[in-house]
Amino acid sequence: MTKKPVQFQLNGDQKATFVDDGQNLLDVLRRGVGDLTPKFGCAQGTCGTCTVLIDGQPHMSCLTLAETVEGKSVTTTAGLENGAELHPLQKAFMEQFAAQCGYCTPGMLMAAKALLDTNPNPTREEVVEAISGNICRCTGYEAIINAILSVAGNSPQRYGVR
Amino acid sequence: MPVEFRKDIFSEERDDNLNEIGQPTQRQDALGHVTGRSPYYDDHLFDNLHHMRCKRSPHHHARIRSIDISAAERMPGVRRILLGKDVPNNLNTLLSLLDFGIDDEPLIADKKVSYIGEPVAAVIAETDRQARDAVAKIRVDWEVLPHVLDVEEAVRSDAPTVNDVYPDNVFVYHGSYDHQKLRYGDVDAAFAQADHVVEGRYQMSPIEQAPTETCGAIAAPETNDRFVCYTSTQALFFSLGTAAKLLNVQSNRLHFIGGTVGGGFGGKVDSLHEPMAILGCMVTGKPCKFMFDREEEMQVGAPRGAERWYVKDGVMNDGRIVARKFTGYFDSGAYTRLSSYAIIKCVGHLPGPYTIPNVYADVYCVFTNRTPATAMRGFGITGVDFAIEAHMDKVAETVGIDPVELRILNAYRDGDMKAHRRLAKNTALIECCQVAAEKSGWRISDQARQASSLRDGGGDRAQLPPHTVTDQNGRVEGFEGTGYAGGNKGGMPSPMEQYQTIPATPAAQPAPQPSQTAAPANRPAAQPSQPPASSVPPPPPPATSPDADQLRDRTRHSRRFSSISGLRRR
Ligand code: FES
Ligand code: FES
Repeated sequence: MTKKPVQFQLNGDQKATFVDDGQNLLDVLRRGVGDLTPKFGCAQGTCGTCTVLIDGQPHMSCLTLAETVEGKSVTTTAGLENGAELHPLQKAFMEQFAAQCGYCTPGMLMAAKALLDTNPNPTREEVVEAISGNICRCTGYEAIINAILSVAGNSPQRYGVR
Repeated sequence: MPVEFRKDIFSEERDDNLNEIGQPTQRQDALGHVTGRSPYYDDHLFDNLHHMRCKRSPHHHARIRSIDISAAERMPGVRRILLGKDVPNNLNTLLSLLDFGIDDEPLIADKKVSYIGEPVAAVIAETDRQARDAVAKIRVDWEVLPHVLDVEEAVRSDAPTVNDVYPDNVFVYHGSYDHQKLRYGDVDAAFAQADHVVEGRYQMSPIEQAPTETCGAIAAPETNDRFVCYTSTQALFFSLGTAAKLLNVQSNRLHFIGGTVGGGFGGKVDSLHEPMAILGCMVTGKPCKFMFDREEEMQVGAPRGAERWYVKDGVMNDGRIVARKFTGYFDSGAYTRLSSYAIIKCVGHLPGPYTIPNVYADVYCVFTNRTPATAMRGFGITGVDFAIEAHMDKVAETVGIDPVELRILNAYRDGDMKAHRRLAKNTALIECCQVAAEKSGWRISDQARQASSLRDGGGDRAQLPPHTVTDQNGRVEGFEGTGYAGGNKGGMPSPMEQYQTIPATPAAQPAPQPSQTAAPANRPAAQPSQPPASSVPPPPPPATSPDADQLRDRTRHSRRFSSISGLRRR
């Protein structure tokens, strides 16, 4: 099997690694460069727990060929914190019980970040749409939607968030 | 939505002050979850991690004539291919750790397969890809056997035997009965006097728990001749005991680390991944991962089993249910796993949250050529509750009474005797119905609105039936009794014994036979000595039948256990 060198930015840091033909980005992030925040749920593009941002756009890393991120910038949940400070989305998820087992959370956070980065004032429907590719089996959707809305520009009270 | 509390209900009964409930409380694991740092089993990195993939049965039921692994062994990256003979103690039943049931399931099948997806070989290779490619090269010569997929077809005498340990396709309880039974009062007499007899048949399909994280485990050699195992199990010590038994090693050589589970819902109680990963690690000396992919999780991962129920009620014109009879079939799939235990829970729950003076149940744990079933939220209860509540609606319609009022009329009240001979306590169905009716704008009569779980219970309703009909239906011979329910080791009553205040037919029950089980012919000949759980001597014969007064007395003064373990604090 031939190995290919790939260089990309991961959460602002320059990374260089070798990838196998056909290796997916999820595998390279987790095993290759040791970022364990994106999770494996299906490797079929159905669960969304592997969601990362590539140049700001949400992608399912399990369906992304690793070599295609050459020269691009990849953001994962590991890149959300600012020093010791949590990202507002992380804070909201934590305080509003938007994570139960937590396995879908990294993917949810990245899908939410992609939305808020381009649309700081989403409607509830837009939030629902943005996380529609992410499955939460612990049935936390209400709490997740409310947590995302609470950090959006909209008044939290409008949505009945505590 | 503001949270609404109904602390006013039963306020004088409460001995708590609910400091936490109603306040936002930070979960201790939330920070790990939102930062992606919670350590799930697959988040442990090892150099030179090896991967395991299984060759699985494409047939519902087939004998294995031979397995040819020669081509697979030559595939790149392949380290070892495990067959059934490589498993030190290749026969287990999960509940053997509780001394309940007979070992009936191989870790890797070596004689026959009994469901689609049953593993017959496991490839350990340097990469997952290589392991999959090698699996594709394994050739199995199958002799396809007739199969059975329906529970009632499976119990017919002409059905193919699914699981050789139980030739009649039904689990045997305590070595004595082919079903779990409940007898309380005399249903037939009550049916004869009832104004209506309402019958129904209900069927639940299997349900996959589908956790977001698939089941799996990683094992690695550790210092001191031990193996460390990171696992998704929901039942760490259960998995530890199971792995030690299957692998025939001391459990202190196994160092299990779990507790961070990416969703389980019951589906991560069956422990197959840990022994597989540890065995892979033992034979290669390398860290080894065995993980379901999504397809396996959906197809092979043990679901909540299917259930079929027949419910027959005797009802008076005013809506009082005077008799309820159940015949239930749990589809255990090809092996026992936890279905036999689910049925014990289930029968303890019958006839649902209602005070019914005559109750009868025969519930069978049936083997079919389907994926073995296991736990899922409320297991043993959820399926039959669907049947019961659907049936309540049918009764309401037949009798012409409002369905909510029917439930309020028949609901348990504090002090009532339940069919498993416990006094009902802290009952609240009436209040639940009232609140549900109020919230949904469902009109109920003043009488129903004024009913209370705290009033009008007990008295006559606390009495055991004057006469309980017993029988020997389903009595079987040739199986060993097991200590779980009948035994009394060292003077401590077992939890099950406390729970089953009265055996269904105490007087007629002979001492369990210390004879051979029906199974020995099917056990591998060169079996290592049985682990302690199975080598417990047969339990002493049950004490002579307590007379009715004694029974009533025992029931009255029994501690108020409300859970099967008897540990729940009042
Ligand atoms: S792991 Fe990528 S979508 Fe499920
Ligand atoms: S919190 Fe468990 S899957 Fe979402």
